[in-house]
Amino acid sequence: MSRKILEVNNLTKIHGRGCPLCLESTGPEADTNICPHCGSVVAAHGVSFDLYQGEILGIIGESGSGKSTVVKTLYFDDAPSAGEAVFFDEDAQYDLYSLNAAQQRSLRNKRFGMVYQNPHLGLNFNVSAGGNIAERLLMSDVAHYGAIRERARSLLVRTEVLENRMDENPKKFSGGMQQRVQIAKALATRPPLLFLDEVTTGLDLSVQAAILDLILEIQHELDTAMIVVTHDLGVVRLLAGRTLVMKYGRVIETGLTDQILEDPQHAYTQRLVASAL
Amino acid sequence: MNNTYELPLDEAGYAFGFMDEYAKKEVRRAILKAICIPGYQTPYASREMPMGRGFGTGGLQLTLSLVGGNDTLKVIDQGSDDSVNAVNLRQFVQMTCPGVDVTEKTEDATLIQSRHRIPEKLLTEAQILVLQVPYPDALVVVEPSEARRKTMHGEADYSRLLVKLYEDIVKFDEITISHRYPTRIHGHYIIDPSPIPRWDVPKLHQSKALILLGAGREKKIYAVPPYTLAEPLAFEDVVFSVEDFRDAAGIRRTCSRCGTADSFLDEFSNEAGEKTYQCSDSAYCDEQLAHQTVHAQTTNTEVAA
Repeated sequence: MSRKILEVNNLTKIHGRGCPLCLESTGPEADTNICPHCGSVVAAHGVSFDLYQGEILGIIGESGSGKSTVVKTLYFDDAPSAGEAVFFDEDAQYDLYSLNAAQQRSLRNKRFGMVYQNPHLGLNFNVSAGGNIAERLLMSDVAHYGAIRERARSLLVRTEVLENRMDENPKKFSGGMQQRVQIAKALATRPPLLFLDEVTTGLDLSVQAAILDLILEIQHELDTAMIVVTHDLGVVRLLAGRTLVMKYGRVIETGLTDQILEDPQHAYTQRLVASAL
Repeated sequence: MNNTYELPLDEAGYAFGFMDEYAKKEVRRAILKAICIPGYQTPYASREMPMGRGFGTGGLQLTLSLVGGNDTLKVIDQGSDDSVNAVNLRQFVQMTCPGVDVTEKTEDATLIQSRHRIPEKLLTEAQILVLQVPYPDALVVVEPSEARRKTMHGEADYSRLLVKLYEDIVKFDEITISHRYPTRIHGHYIIDPSPIPRWDVPKLHQSKALILLGAGREKKIYAVPPYTLAEPLAFEDVVFSVEDFRDAAGIRRTCSRCGTADSFLDEFSNEAGEKTYQCSDSAYCDEQLAHQTVHAQTTNTEVAA
């Protein structure tokens, strides 16, 4: 059996001051994620799951269902309101939210990777594509120019970005290429855990297919565990072994992707699957 | 400065060193903190000085807080004792600190205030060097938010500065920072060592003299204490280097005035429109010249005898 990478327990994120009634008056049954008593937004509550080495976990749901909130809190972009997450590294384990800011930054730079839907969040558009990868390597204490250059080149070749465009600014790249640079950047430190937030949304179909292929190849090659957030059922069908379905900040269904797509149990999931083109 | 200017009579009660004792005490406390945390930018209440911010008020406040009756002061601007900024600051100190000696000789000074240069002559343990700083934070080129810069300094997160060096090497095959070279002090904080040329950066490393840096406009004081590590930022395989002053034929240029080949040179155009080079440190140049004259005289005497 493969090694456990991540264990998430009762992750909760509330935007606003919150009140004792927040949790019971929001969720799929209440048909809202805004607390009627205090106006706080319960972005996610009670999210728990385990993730194993080499596994791809899908999180699907409509806009505002809290799926991005989950990966953002795990990648330390946002602090959770409650809950815990334990990351199991090769020789140590870290309780993510009891670490200090410097330790969190170090994990984020060295052991996690993130690919955002919008390349502007993941890339620095003031430096070249190679410089973006260099940034991540420099953050993880590689200080040899030749080595950085070599690694950046091989990553860009791996993600099928033309090598001779390495020193160009990613501003000049197409959306698909920017996404490939983002993936190369995320992979720079060979992280055991990768977060993919709507990576193919907004790209044309052939580019989508190429990027999904690339992600699968990387998973096979490096045995990277991934969490894929998407609203596209085709993406989870192709990539994810297991899937969580979220609505109004709660996980309403979880299981093997095939099962969820072929035999959805929850009424919302049934509607979601039925409405897929 | 207006040479005929005198302090108004009714305000002749100005304290020694222009600033009142409380102000000087506050600056001294900031200096002590800066020395205790090498490279850390200590905030202080930069006072109004009777000159515009950006004209060396940070350095001047340090000097005025440190100078005492038994001190000998040297003030330089871009290496020269005679340029406007240096002359004005020197006259101001002479006017407000009666009894303080001034000198142009580096070795005679106990306190040196400088803009953009560190003297060529090695400083000693008995000396303090005060540098005027326009932009104290090396991270300002990569991060506009001061709050975030403070976190980055705290966590010694300087990877984005290195990305800038990386981009430089990619574009120009070398690091193109000519002055204000980011330098890591005591293995943690990276400072902007004021606009000194690369030539002067190695002088920060294990310096015998205390080096204080004051930014008046930005209200920061920081220090490189004596015998402290000062490592210019670089890659393992692309190392830091100083200006080499070699001409096209690979020969080291010399000063056209004193002929020395081991000083930082300024470039001038002579009347014929040709480039000439001269020591930037005028006191050093004078000293070399004086040596040669003495030497020439002795040789002449020997010949005569």
